Amino acid sequence: MTNKRIVLTFPSRLVGQPITTHLVKEYDLMLNILRANVTPNEEGRMVLELSGPKKAVEEGIDYLKSIGINVEPLSRDIKWQAEKCTHCTACIPACPSGAMAVDRTTWEVSFDRDRCIACELCISVCPFNALEIQF
Amino acid sequence: MKTIQEINEKIRTGKAVVVTAEEIIDIVAEKGLKKATREVDVVTTGTFGPMCSSGAYFNIGHSKPRIKIGGGTCTLNDIPCYTGYAAVDILLGATAMADNDPRNSVYPGEFSYGGAHVIEELVAGKSVRLRAEAYGTDCYPRKSLDTLIELKDMNEAVLFNPRNCYQNYNVAVNLSDTIIYTYMGTLRPRIGNANYCCAGQLSPLMNDPLYKTIGIGTRIFLGGGVGYIAWQGTQHNPGVARTDQGVPRFPAGTLAVMGDLKQMSSQWLKGASFTGYGVTLTVGIGIPIPLLNEEITAHTAIRDDQIVAQIVDYSEAYPQIIPNNLGEVTYAELKTGTITVKGKKVPTGGISSYKRAREIAAELKARIHGGTFLLSEAVAPLPSTDSDVKCKLLNERPFKKKK
Ligand code: SF4
Ligand code: SF4
Repeated sequence: MTNKRIVLTFPSRLVGQPITTHLVKEYDLMLNILRANVTPNEEGRMVLELSGPKKAVEEGIDYLKSIGINVEPLSRDIKWQAEKCTHCTACIPACPSGAMAVDRTTWEVSFDRDRCIACELCISVCPFNALEIQF
Repeated sequence: MKTIQEINEKIRTGKAVVVTAEEIIDIVAEKGLKKATREVDVVTTGTFGPMCSSGAYFNIGHSKPRIKIGGGTCTLNDIPCYTGYAAVDILLGATAMADNDPRNSVYPGEFSYGGAHVIEELVAGKSVRLRAEAYGTDCYPRKSLDTLIELKDMNEAVLFNPRNCYQNYNVAVNLSDTIIYTYMGTLRPRIGNANYCCAGQLSPLMNDPLYKTIGIGTRIFLGGGVGYIAWQGTQHNPGVARTDQGVPRFPAGTLAVMGDLKQMSSQWLKGASFTGYGVTLTVGIGIPIPLLNEEITAHTAIRDDQIVAQIVDYSEAYPQIIPNNLGEVTYAELKTGTITVKGKKVPTGGISSYKRAREIAAELKARIHGGTFLLSEAVAPLPSTDSDVKCKLLNERPFKKKK
């Protein structure tokens, strides 16, 4: 079994297509939609977690690419710039996944890419622009 | 009993014993007040948080031919400056925004660039664009100016903050059903989070709650350089309810501070953007407290679990000024990451950085140890609990046009 989190960007012509159903049915994958931003007539974005046998996950991703969807690994999505961070902890209560965390002895804030679900809730919360979306 | 002169003599000869406001806690617990006062000379404090009432004034030097910006207009990187002084003296406030910034017209506004960011860039040694328009006079004929300028080109560049270093602050929550954007950060609906903004046991005025040593003229660490306390800050409000140890339960004392911007560092002066609220300057301040007697030492030994703050609703109680008691919490509770408000467990977030506050206290300690930072005697005390200084609401008297 493999778990893969990916960011999909799809052209407006594919918005409304049953892409996720196809992934479940044809490739027997388990899907978890972490975030979706889909507006008719506009480019759509979706953050997906795929789980299933390694081969099926790869084939599923190939299928997405073949129909014209841009697929990026999720880890490239949110960037925390340590040098801009003042360790104020304002983002801590905003982050639902625990990706932003603070050590309560050193009071140092850290970012764990693997836990980030790219919900973007922290972006506007950070007063120092230390958190950025990378598209 | 010690004097500041005696402590300065020890600092000069490298013999002064300096500890931070965190370290003094254990020292007093172990050795007792008497011994701690005898052995320790100075306690250093620190805070690093957004302080909106900040700004800087500049004398940019006379152009050739001369221009009288006073009474005209002037911007630095498109951020408007105040020009109501002499020919080339201008003032830039931290919260100033460009005229064409959308502000909150697209709600919530981003407030990505303002006066505080210009101050940060200048301190970092960057050039900014200065534009000025003037009406022209016989002695100052020039009418416009468009030039790059950096800090080292200026005659004077002085950080002058009318209100910094709040002694205690509210814990902000949102009782409403919609998200709100405040100077205490983004507050999620139905008490989704609780934000606080105080360094607690490290905070300067928490360690000298009755202003026994911190006064007008006190030399301080300001933005990485040396500054001075110029006056009590605006809204100074020493008369609020206090704990048995004299620590205010509500926002109380404030400081007006100033110092040479040219000596400061952008590490300790940072522009901050609060979504939906505005731009502000995050200022690093550290104040040394000389342990002149046991009473002063006892105050510096204050711990987070002995300092309380009020929980305040920012959806209605704060903006409408309606009393609504949601209780109080200690900073020790806030720092666990979760508090209970109205029976609900709520995650907490800071607005001021405890890590940076600690670094400032350590840096000030190192400077005093190194003999490069001497203590100053206050030339006048700050108004304290026995004064009639208090923070009032506006007495509004609506203006009516005469017929
Ligand atoms: S994007 Fe969401 S999950 Fe990732 S760090 Fe920000 S708040 Fe946390
Ligand atoms: S809100 Fe920004 S500056 Fe504050 S701790 Fe989080 S990432 Fe760092």
